[in-house]
Amino acid sequence: MRRAWFGIATAVALTAALAFLTLPIVAIFVDSPPADLIAALGEQGALDALWLSLKTTAAALAIIVVVGTPAAYLLATRRFRARALVITLVELPLVLPPAVAGIALLAAIGPSLTFTTGAVVVALTFVASPFYLRQAQAAFASVDHSWLEASRTLGASEARTFARVAIPTAAPGLVAGGALALGRALGEFGATLMFAGSLQGVTQTAPLAIYQRFSTDFDAALALSAVLVAVSGAILLTAKLFGGWDAADSR
Amino acid sequence: MRWLAAVLILAFAGCGGGDDQLVVSAAASLTNPLTACSGDNIKLAFGGSDDLAAQIRQGVKPDVYAAANVKLPDQLASEGRVEKPVVFATNELIIAVPNDSEIGAIEDLANPGVKLAVGAESVPVGAYTHDVLSRLPVGQEEKILANVRSEEPDVKGVVGKLTQNAADAGFVYRTDLVDDLKAVTLPQDLQPVVEYGAAVVKPSDNAQGYLDGLTDGPCAEALHKAGFGKP
Repeated sequence: MRRAWFGIATAVALTAALAFLTLPIVAIFVDSPPADLIAALGEQGALDALWLSLKTTAAALAIIVVVGTPAAYLLATRRFRARALVITLVELPLVLPPAVAGIALLAAIGPSLTFTTGAVVVALTFVASPFYLRQAQAAFASVDHSWLEASRTLGASEARTFARVAIPTAAPGLVAGGALALGRALGEFGATLMFAGSLQGVTQTAPLAIYQRFSTDFDAALALSAVLVAVSGAILLTAKLFGGWDAADSR
Repeated sequence: MRWLAAVLILAFAGCGGGDDQLVVSAAASLTNPLTACSGDNIKLAFGGSDDLAAQIRQGVKPDVYAAANVKLPDQLASEGRVEKPVVFATNELIIAVPNDSEIGAIEDLANPGVKLAVGAESVPVGAYTHDVLSRLPVGQEEKILANVRSEEPDVKGVVGKLTQNAADAGFVYRTDLVDDLKAVTLPQDLQPVVEYGAAVVKPSDNAQGYLDGLTDGPCAEALHKAGFGKP
């Protein structure tokens, strides 16, 4: 009896969560007729914004993966003093409000980069990298240590062990982390606006373009939102197909 | 999908205070004076005038809507979404520059390398700015527009870019000036008429009372003290 009660309660909770999280997204598509969607994509400003979002997100992801992968490997495989502190510090941007991230970047880097596409990439990298670092660290930590030992015993260098054993084994987790970081970067709004500004083709990413259209052209804002949902959904699906999600799940 | 909005609004409205609580949606540029003059039973929601208007169109109903122009309340009135608007304050569009700036007139904004921050054309301050620029000689307007580095979604974004020394100049209202900035006034013939309009959204005695207080009462005084002109 008690068991049945708990089972029903969890099912109700999941149904409520699912409804609350999916209904607004469904509404975007229900409220924007396909014709509007296509029309919105034909507008130069929307195209510029989407293209800029894809370019800057790709650049940020490249930086995050190139620097973040070895950094996460070190965090996962070595025990050193202040390791816990270092992990906390690199995860800090996860919990920072975007406005704080924007202020922090202005305070640290100053206005020299502001109004440039580079500033957008810096803002995206700052807010998105902790998502990758966290996931990559967990992925490397779960690689069986005896495999790494065996590789070293067989004469492989540390770098070779990293490249040929650790990375392929941790790949699903790395892909999952990359997808999370990519999603976060694609949706970045506040830090970009404060640190980079908003100008079509230079610093106005898709979320900024959506915000600008919110007041004047709600239908265009809806349509652009729908495109962003589709792109984000495709990214999430890709990561799932790679099996990254399941790997992260089982941990 | 409107039922979802209705459910959410009802759910959150229940979190508010008593029945006599008044919700006022007001332009961000009115933040300081209206906060100073409004009593505890008045809930103020500040935002871009256009965002607030868009919310009203999406079904969000405050008691009073106070905008940074008359166009938006007029539009809402003609759509039957608000009562007849009244003009309750005026403002002045200026060029804000850092205190040590050498920019002394609007013509200087056309100089190569001047970094300009303006409001996006969708917000009132941006619309006024574009209106002013369009009345300049053709070559000059284009040179100034080419110097625009950012189109901010509200006045505070423009001021922020100026105080952070990212931008060299920006168009804002006189009431938005802060300590580190000084005003370069526009020639009289370029100065746009910046009027603030307000309207009752949900008719009630309290709502009408608040609206009347904007032109005569503590709120009118607070507006005057903050640098707004009388209508």
